[in-house]
Amino acid sequence: MSRALYLLAVAVSWGVADVYGAAAPDPAVLAAQDARTAAIAKASAATVSIFDATGAGGGSGVLISPDGFALTNFHVTAPCGPAMKCGLNDGKLYDAVIVGIDPVGDLALIQLLGRDDFPVAEIADSDKVRAGDWAFAAGNPFLLADDFSPTITFGMISGVHRYQEPAGTLLEYTDCLQTDAAINPGNSGGPLFDAQGRLIGVNGRASFEKRGRVNVGVGYAISINQAMRFLGHLKSGRIVDHATLGATVATRDDGRVAVDDILETSDAFRRGLQYGDVLVRFADRDITTANAFKNVLGVYPSGWRVPVVWRRDGETFTADVRLMGVHDEAELAALVQQEESNPSEPQPGDAPPPDDEQDERPRPKLPIPGLDGLAKNRTLPKAVAERYIARPGYANYWYNDQAQQRLWGRYLERTSLDEAGYDWQLQGALETGGSFTLAISETQADLALPTGRFLASFAEDLSQQLSPPRSGGLLVALHAWQRLLDRGLRRYGEVYYLGRLPHGPDNRVEDCLVGYFEGMETRYFFADDGDLTGVELFAADDADPCEITFSDFAEHAGRRLPRRWLVRHGDGVFAELVIADWTIADPAAGAKAEEK
Amino acid sequence: MRQASGGSMSAATAALVLIALCAAAGPAACPSASAASLHDAIREAQRKVVKIYGAGGVRGLEAYQSGLLISSEGHVLTVQSYVLDTEDLSVVLDDGRAGSVELIGVDPVRELALLKLNVEDRSLPHFNLAAAPAANVGDRVLAISNLFGIAAGDEPVSVLQGVVSAIAPLEARRGAFDASFRGNVYIVDAAANNPGAAGGALVNWQGELLGLLGKELRSRATGAWLHYAVPVDQFIGAVETMRSGRSVDERPIAGQAPADPLALADLGVVLVPDLLPRTPPYIDSVLPNSPAAAAGLRPDDLVAFVDGAPMASCAAVSAAVARREKFDAVRVSVLREGRLVETELRAAASGDSPSPADESSSDAAAAGDSAAAASESSPGAPPPGAAEERSTEDDP
Repeated sequence: MSRALYLLAVAVSWGVADVYGAAAPDPAVLAAQDARTAAIAKASAATVSIFDATGAGGGSGVLISPDGFALTNFHVTAPCGPAMKCGLNDGKLYDAVIVGIDPVGDLALIQLLGRDDFPVAEIADSDKVRAGDWAFAAGNPFLLADDFSPTITFGMISGVHRYQEPAGTLLEYTDCLQTDAAINPGNSGGPLFDAQGRLIGVNGRASFEKRGRVNVGVGYAISINQAMRFLGHLKSGRIVDHATLGATVATRDDGRVAVDDILETSDAFRRGLQYGDVLVRFADRDITTANAFKNVLGVYPSGWRVPVVWRRDGETFTADVRLMGVHDEAELAALVQQEESNPSEPQPGDAPPPDDEQDERPRPKLPIPGLDGLAKNRTLPKAVAERYIARPGYANYWYNDQAQQRLWGRYLERTSLDEAGYDWQLQGALETGGSFTLAISETQADLALPTGRFLASFAEDLSQQLSPPRSGGLLVALHAWQRLLDRGLRRYGEVYYLGRLPHGPDNRVEDCLVGYFEGMETRYFFADDGDLTGVELFAADDADPCEITFSDFAEHAGRRLPRRWLVRHGDGVFAELVIADWTIADPAAGAKAEEK
Repeated sequence: MRQASGGSMSAATAALVLIALCAAAGPAACPSASAASLHDAIREAQRKVVKIYGAGGVRGLEAYQSGLLISSEGHVLTVQSYVLDTEDLSVVLDDGRAGSVELIGVDPVRELALLKLNVEDRSLPHFNLAAAPAANVGDRVLAISNLFGIAAGDEPVSVLQGVVSAIAPLEARRGAFDASFRGNVYIVDAAANNPGAAGGALVNWQGELLGLLGKELRSRATGAWLHYAVPVDQFIGAVETMRSGRSVDERPIAGQAPADPLALADLGVVLVPDLLPRTPPYIDSVLPNSPAAAAGLRPDDLVAFVDGAPMASCAAVSAAVARREKFDAVRVSVLREGRLVETELRAAASGDSPSPADESSSDAAAAGDSAAAASESSPGAPPPGAAEERSTEDDP
């Protein structure tokens, strides 16, 4: 009894009103519970149940924008074709269309159709996630939810920056999150949230080995930071490729990570990286093992530019290096096709999981209304057909076409350069001193610099006209820009929207259009406000481009023009031109020139 | 207020108060609270778990497992397995340092191995076995190991969370699980014992070591995988023995062979002639004025257990007795007319028995059977079952 009295006294001293009141849970516990249920409610609304066209399988996804863009796994969408049915926890089934895929990173972007106010997940910074953080997965494991309310599984982050080997060259999980929250078949593509219900990853893989295809406490999620880095590319409707440095590394006996092979056609080689150099940092991460390098490399799309630090003979080198694609386009498209018809590895996707022994039996039909029609009738739903264009190399060309028109239309509207023609006269000063004049027409260009006078003829083979020397082809780059202004997207040659990637001296992430004519690739970068911030001309695959960065935009005779051009090539600045006067000949004359 | 309720306070309401106090006093019981200290505890514990790479890599046999640093100079405790069966054993520390190791000793019963890392460093982070607490059923725990070999180099090992679901002897599933250790283990609800997890740590939310994650065990009866850890108090004695280099004995009982082995004749027991491969151990006769006679053993008694270990044959009984020193007491249980009769026999004292201290240490090292370990207990650490019963009163 004395103990009971003691306990009671303690209870009283803590302000508990009476003994019956003391039975109520601690306010802190209740608050934690409220916070948890609120986080789950918020997260559940943005979680998507994805079903394929036959109604036999599917996975999960997560909405990231009110207009219906949702992330999922490539291995979930691969068997679906262009159309999916997606259920939300409002109980409704929505049509969805494939947008873009990243088969190496096992990501896919889809768009749910029919609303412009979809609930969305709050995006967290997954680099801040630590082992020991609480997390929960949402999704549709085993397709349990008839009403599309996601199943929630709670657990802990078991590790971060994990690496899981690819199957061949596809489905590689790098720098991913590891959790003991249950990830089961059907969870694939679904979100992993932190304790506050913020999106930190896309679940897609688990370690099973001998224990069958159910959770054994080890699931992996693609970090949301990686997914968001690829998002700009995925929105292009393309089949997106991952990056390689163009060099391989190995951990040496002394524990250092050194280059053991390097392609002489790679940007890394041109930036000075050599066989035997010790890699110190890559993309602002310390590289202590060869694995760590592979891990960091895997989170970047092809064409991304990252800072690299290496050492040789006690000297440290730093450079921004453009990463190259892992595959060529045709190779990647073939791999995707193969993966769609014949998945390479059991993943916790495509639920319900067929019994290995009983794979021959007909798959159970889903008790979900609305899917039957989709299974019987393989023609695309109207809403999907309006947003789908099949084209080799693309998951859905419609999105690429839209992006091209949006960027280019906005640019012309902003600058009124559509009637500018080819006949331009410019003069001004160099940042380093002296003055310049430039006269350019449809057939030739004439540039006078303090160092000399440089000519180019655009009637000849352009690859022989890359003057001035050490500019990488400044005059041809300007010609390409004029060509796009004059001919537009359709008659330029081949034009496509690449996505968003770092550009310019400060590596700002911007939209990029790529154009090909006469065997040369030209990249056009657009700021979010619509200005053309740069042109890059690649005269050859294995040569440094001529990079022109435009700034200091101003109105000039009714047109918006960049008055400062920074011209770079390789490691150095070729020239920085400050334009004082810019004369564009009578547009009618330009139109006439075109008619000839 | 106290007037209103104090007098009528029943045991039930006292318990409710207690629950409320637990919740308030132990914020660690709530997942969202004291996150910083939980992260710190995890990180500290990860630093004391090593990655071990050895033999295997074929036919589903992983060539890796986990281990615990248990001394500042690099003693590594792990599970004895085929992985260790190679000259090229390598251990990678949390900071990425890799080193060779030598095998100091093994405990075949608990399937433990003690390794010594060849490093100069004398200040390695390590678990203090002597200070390891016991866990109770319901305690939140963390399983820290390199399961599936996920972490490499300087990458921290994995952490899984769960609670202690039960404290039970592995013996309870004898025949279903292929383990020679049969003492009490912590059964956990985390998927702690995946490939490569063996040798990892089960710790509490303060990062203190509770037990050693065992190798994978699957019930032959149900196909279920068992997730468990061997409590520290079940192996601390064995580790001390291994560390002192006294245990490289491959026989099922760790420790040295008895200097002066006991024989059945010393006890006055004569078994039936051992004619069959597994002759049932019936007592043929009892010598007069012997310890057996004094304990009341009779002809036709069937010897069922010696020191708690089941006996299937005459040979097994002779061998079990021969593992004891002549001065040891032996518990012999016999079946007589359907009843189990317990006896304790001791051979006539010869006057030169060693000191009790030596006796108890050899006892701890030899504690192959759980019944003896559980009921007689090794001094210092109470058996987990006892701790469990005290739990409701101890918590505040």
